[in-house]
Amino acid sequence: MIKNILNLGDAALYCDFGNEVNKSINSQVIKYFKTIKEKKFEGINNLTPSYNKLIISYDLKKTNFKEVKNYVENIHAEDSIDINSKKLEIPVCCHENFSMDIKRLEEILKLSREKILENFLNKEYFCYMTGFIAGMPFLGDLDENMRAQRLETPRVKVPKGSVALTEQFANIYTFESPGGWNILGNTPLDVFDSSKEDKPNLINPGDTIIFKEITLDQYKNYNE
Amino acid sequence: MSSNYIDIIRPGINTTFQDKGRDHLYHIGIPFSGAMDNRNYLIANKLVNNNLHSAVIEFAYQGPHIKYSGEKINCAITGDVIFLIKKKDTEIEGKCYESYQIENGDEINIISTNKSVYGYLALGGEFDLKFQWNSCSINTKANIGSNDGKKLDVGQRINLKKINSNKDIKKTNYINTKIENIRVIKGTNFDYFSEEGKKKFYEKEFIVSKLSDRMGMRLQGPKIDNIVNTNIKSEGLIKGVIQVPADGNPIIMLSDHGTIGGYPKIGVVASVDYDRLVQMSPGSKIKFKEINLSDAETLFKLYEMETQNLLSQI
Repeated sequence: MIKNILNLGDAALYCDFGNEVNKSINSQVIKYFKTIKEKKFEGINNLTPSYNKLIISYDLKKTNFKEVKNYVENIHAEDSIDINSKKLEIPVCCHENFSMDIKRLEEILKLSREKILENFLNKEYFCYMTGFIAGMPFLGDLDENMRAQRLETPRVKVPKGSVALTEQFANIYTFESPGGWNILGNTPLDVFDSSKEDKPNLINPGDTIIFKEITLDQYKNYNE
Repeated sequence: MSSNYIDIIRPGINTTFQDKGRDHLYHIGIPFSGAMDNRNYLIANKLVNNNLHSAVIEFAYQGPHIKYSGEKINCAITGDVIFLIKKKDTEIEGKCYESYQIENGDEINIISTNKSVYGYLALGGEFDLKFQWNSCSINTKANIGSNDGKKLDVGQRINLKKINSNKDIKKTNYINTKIENIRVIKGTNFDYFSEEGKKKFYEKEFIVSKLSDRMGMRLQGPKIDNIVNTNIKSEGLIKGVIQVPADGNPIIMLSDHGTIGGYPKIGVVASVDYDRLVQMSPGSKIKFKEINLSDAETLFKLYEMETQNLLSQI
């Protein structure tokens, strides 16, 4: 449930669901997000769910903080609401061409390459949120012994499709972008496709995904 | 097929098509985009009798040099911009906030913005552009919008699919006011910063850094000390949010910002000051002034009324 509602500037509501990051809090955020999105309140022009917060942006020409707050406080995001989640398999190639930070991970985690991949692959991860760049999914939770900090100096260009780790999360770079996560592999799948306007994202908040390893040959032939 | 078009002789530094932007997409990581300085965008369209939300050409610092081919059409430039209009036998120095008639073979050469960042070129008609999510605004980071999501390039030809029949010449006396004080509403992590840091934030000057673009404006000044945590659990951002990363230098989120961020938010720029904030060029001095929510709402209402008033007089 929402613990506290604050204003974020003069054109957004900051709904705080707590400080922890876990599936149960995040599922509440997603329920509120989906409920408000369906209702189409006049003036609300954007919703940003994250681990434990929901930011509701509105057009200050059409409404204001008091009205939107009042509206949100009276919403019942039913426990029964179907968050309509999918289960997806994501192929990932961890060949040395792609696993740019495997050596760094081996050193930080004090695990062998084989052990790192064994820990990472074939497990279910939950999509907490998407964003930062278009379509990027934030997937959790990595095992305790798989958690590494960001690179001290972020890369200027992380290749499209990179599968990367930081702290308790994995993500996928949906297009080439700067970034500081530890890169473990690369997926040939298009995780974000702007030409599909109704469904540009392959992975959405609430979905469960599993990474399946593919060989370099399978990777090369994947889109043919 | 189209007989009315422009050719890009020189694209300028960061020239894109922009309109009102796109909404309801933060949750998948897509920001609003749209014209950075909304008021100047609307005025540009009004001056050429366009629908107010038509696409215009936005440029930063150095603008484009274009050649027009086709039937007579009006054009107008807004902002604080130095430009030339070259006709068959003459070349005139253009004035912002006035519309001009151009005809086949005429050229518009936008030399630069003057102590500001963004300017707008509107043509009386509709460019033939691809829309994504109801907007042709170009987001060069995600390659979304018209022109394959890329800035305009030399040699490109852009068609107009329609030109306006209303060719009345218009003019307004608008002057861009410059401000040094940017009004700010306290951010959700205001208490992450030391008393000294908070004081510096409101009392000292900050300088706009060269590392500023449509995504964000970086500032340099006294370091703002964080006493709680230099990272927060990543959460949503909106334009105008001022984040302070570990190095203590504030970054203001602008129209093409990343939708999620993990740095503490010290404040948020009041909507009333956004159009003027984005026009502050590198080297400009900024001072932040605290304002409460209700004053920010009232001031925005007045600003919006003033905008509507300006538009109705054109």
